[in-house]
Amino acid sequence: MNLGRALAYFPTFARICFRSRLGVFMTLIFPVVLILIFGALFSNSGSTRVPLSVENLDHNSPLSQQFIAGLNSTGVVSVSFVSPSVGNLSDYVAHNSLVAGLVIPQGFGAALDNRSPVRLLLFTDPSSAVAAGEVQGAVQGVANGMDLRIAGGSPIVTYADLNAGGHIFTAIDYLVPGLIGFSVLVSPMMQMVNLSSTWKREKLFRELSLTPLSRSEWLFATLLWYVVLALVSTVLLTGLGTLLFGAHVTITALALPFLIVGPVLFVSIGLLAGTVSKTPEVAAMIGNVITFPMMFLSGTFYPVSMFPSWLVPVAHALPLYYLIDGLNAALLFGNVSTALADLAIVTGLAVVFAVGATQAFTWREERGRVLSRGKVTHDGARGPAVS
Amino acid sequence: MIRLAFDLYQRRQERKQSSSVTPGPNSGATSTEGSTRAPSATPVIEVSHLQKSYGKVHAVNDISFDIHGGEVFSFLGPNGAGKSTTVEILEGLRDRTGGEVRVLGLDPWSHFDQVKARIGVIPQDFHFFPKLTPREAIRLYARLFKARVDPDELLARVELTDKADDYYDTLSGGQHQKVGVALSLVNDPEVCFLDEPTTGLDPRARRSIWAVIRRLRSEGRAVFLTTHYLEEAQQLSDRIGILNFGKIITTGSPSAIITEFGRPERIRIVGDPSIAGQLKPLGLSITQADGEVEVELRSKNDALPILQTVSASGLRWESFSTVNDSLEDVFIRLVGRLEDGASGTPPVGEVAA
Repeated sequence: MNLGRALAYFPTFARICFRSRLGVFMTLIFPVVLILIFGALFSNSGSTRVPLSVENLDHNSPLSQQFIAGLNSTGVVSVSFVSPSVGNLSDYVAHNSLVAGLVIPQGFGAALDNRSPVRLLLFTDPSSAVAAGEVQGAVQGVANGMDLRIAGGSPIVTYADLNAGGHIFTAIDYLVPGLIGFSVLVSPMMQMVNLSSTWKREKLFRELSLTPLSRSEWLFATLLWYVVLALVSTVLLTGLGTLLFGAHVTITALALPFLIVGPVLFVSIGLLAGTVSKTPEVAAMIGNVITFPMMFLSGTFYPVSMFPSWLVPVAHALPLYYLIDGLNAALLFGNVSTALADLAIVTGLAVVFAVGATQAFTWREERGRVLSRGKVTHDGARGPAVS
Repeated sequence: MIRLAFDLYQRRQERKQSSSVTPGPNSGATSTEGSTRAPSATPVIEVSHLQKSYGKVHAVNDISFDIHGGEVFSFLGPNGAGKSTTVEILEGLRDRTGGEVRVLGLDPWSHFDQVKARIGVIPQDFHFFPKLTPREAIRLYARLFKARVDPDELLARVELTDKADDYYDTLSGGQHQKVGVALSLVNDPEVCFLDEPTTGLDPRARRSIWAVIRRLRSEGRAVFLTTHYLEEAQQLSDRIGILNFGKIITTGSPSAIITEFGRPERIRIVGDPSIAGQLKPLGLSITQADGEVEVELRSKNDALPILQTVSASGLRWESFSTVNDSLEDVFIRLVGRLEDGASGTPPVGEVAA
C-alpha cells in the first residue's frame, strides 16, 4: 500500500462526503440535534419536580403551613394551591390531567395539637404511576416526620446519600458517550451502505481501479475519514455536553482505541451490506435493519441497566453496546479493565467484519487469485451482461 | 500552439525523471493537431485466439487482431457481440478464459498496475462522482498518477473550460463524456480505449468527441474504439473489426470492407416502374421497390446503355443517381440483424482477418 496515494485521495473522499446532504446531516447535524434535545431533557436546568395540587381546607393553621413547607422541602414535589371552590378534588385532578392532588382537611392543625388522628386525602393519576409513586413517598415521608416530631421523638436510623466513585453521574453524563457511539455507528454505516451500493451500480469502483489507487489505499483513506469524523464528533459532543448541560465527561487516551476500531467495525459492516446487496434500495433496507435496533438498544439514550431484563441479552448481542459500554468506562469511570474487555470484543468483531467485507468487495470487474509463477486464475466471474 | 509544444516538452522531462511510467507517444513530440503520424511498426495491442466464457456462454470466441500506435481501430457489433468484454479484458479489468493478450507488451490481467499507468479508458456509460467538478477530478487523477498536468489546458482540449468548476451532476451527457476523455488523458496514455464514447450524444457533442479522437491519433496514440454508430467508425477508423456472437467476421479498412462485402455500384432510377421491364434485355441485375429501379453495374461501361434504353423507352423518369453501399449496408448484411436486437439470420460466416 502506498500511503502517499491514499492521502492524495483522502481530500477528494472528504469532499464527496461533505457535499452529500446525507453525509453532512448524519455526520454533524444529527448528533448535535440529538444532544441538544436529549441534553435539554436530561439535564437539571429545568424543573424535574412533580406538580402537586393542594386544597388546604385548614389554611389558617400554622401546622398545615408547616406540612406544605415540608412537602416543598423534599425537592420531589412542587406545590400549587387549589381553591376549595373547585369542588371535588378527585374530579378536578382527573379533568385537568394533573398527576396528584392533596386535600388537607379542616381542623388538621387542631387535630395535631390534640394528638388526634387526622386523614389526608391524596388523589393520583394511575396512568402516571412513577410520578404518583414519588408524590406518595414524599407525602408519607413528611407525614411520618411530623408524627415523630409531635410524639417528641427523633430519628434513630439515618443514612447519607452518596454516589459510588465520588462523582454524581446524571443522565446527561451517560448521554455523551452514548451519542459518541451513535455517531461512530450512524455516519459510517449509513454512508458506506449507500456509497458502496451506488458506486458499484455506477461503476465508480471500476473507474477508480483504472487509476493507480489500489483497493487497500481506498479502504485506508475511507477509514481514515471516518476516524477523523469520530474524533471531531467526540470533541463536539463532549464540548456541547459539558458547556451547555454540565456533563461530567473527560476525554482520555483510553477512548482513542474505540474511536479507531469503532469506525473500522461499522465501515466494514456498511461496506459488506452495500456490496452484497443487488441494488442500492436493497442496501438501504439492510442498512436500516442493522442500524436502527443498534441505535436504540445499545444504551445510546438510556443505560442498558434500565432495560427490561428480557431486552438486556438483545442489547448484549449488538456490537454498538460494547462500544458505548467501553466509552462509558473510558470517558466516565476511567475503568481500564472494563474498557479493555469491551475493546477486545469490538476489535474482534471489527476484524471479522473487515475480513468479510474485503472478501466480498470487488475492485476490478473480476477478482483474481494469484497462483504460483505469476499465473492468475479467475475465481469470481459473476456472469455480467455480455456486450 | 507554442504553449502546447512547451507542455509536451515539460511532460517529456517529467517522464524522464520517473521510472514508473513508460514514455507515451507524445514524448518528445512536437506533433500538432494537423499532423498525422504513421502507425507504429510494432503492435501496441496483440490479441491471439482470445476466449472468454461465462459458464456455457462464449462471450468471446477465439478472436485475433492487433493494433498499432497512431491507429484508430474500431470494433463494431450488435449488442451482446462481445465488444465490451473484449475491451475490459484488454484493460485488465477481466481475466480471459483462453488465448493470449498483450497490451504494450504486457499481460493486462497479471500486470494490471503497469498497464493501467500507460493506458487511458473511457468506459461504456461513463459516470463520475456527482459532487466533484471537472477541475477537481483532473487534479485527483493527476495526484494519483503523479502527473503534472495543467487542468485548464486539458479542459480546453476537450472544450470544457466554461464548465471547469461545475459539479459533474449538473453537466450534460456530452459534457460527461468530455470529462471522461479529459481524465483518460491525464497520464498521457499510449493506448486509449473508448467504449461507445458518443452513445446518446447530440450531433454537435459527437463531432466534438470525434475531433478529440482524431487528435489522439495524430499524436501517435493507438485508439481502440467501440461504437454503435457506423458513420462514426467509417469517419474515424483506420481499420475496423466486425464482431458478432463473439467472433470476428472481418477486419480491414472501411473502404476495403465495403469493397469486399458491399454490392456493386448501382444506378437508381426514380420514375415509371415499367422501366425495369425495358432494361431486362441488358442482362443486368435489377431490383425494384417504392417507385425506384436499381440496376447493378458490372462496370462503368454499363451506365451508358442503361441511360440510352430509358431515354428511348419514352417512359417517365424523374431522376438518375449512382448508389454505393455504405459501411452500414455492409454491416447489416454481415451481421444479419439490426442494432436494436431484432432477431435475424446468423452471421454469414467467418472471414479471415
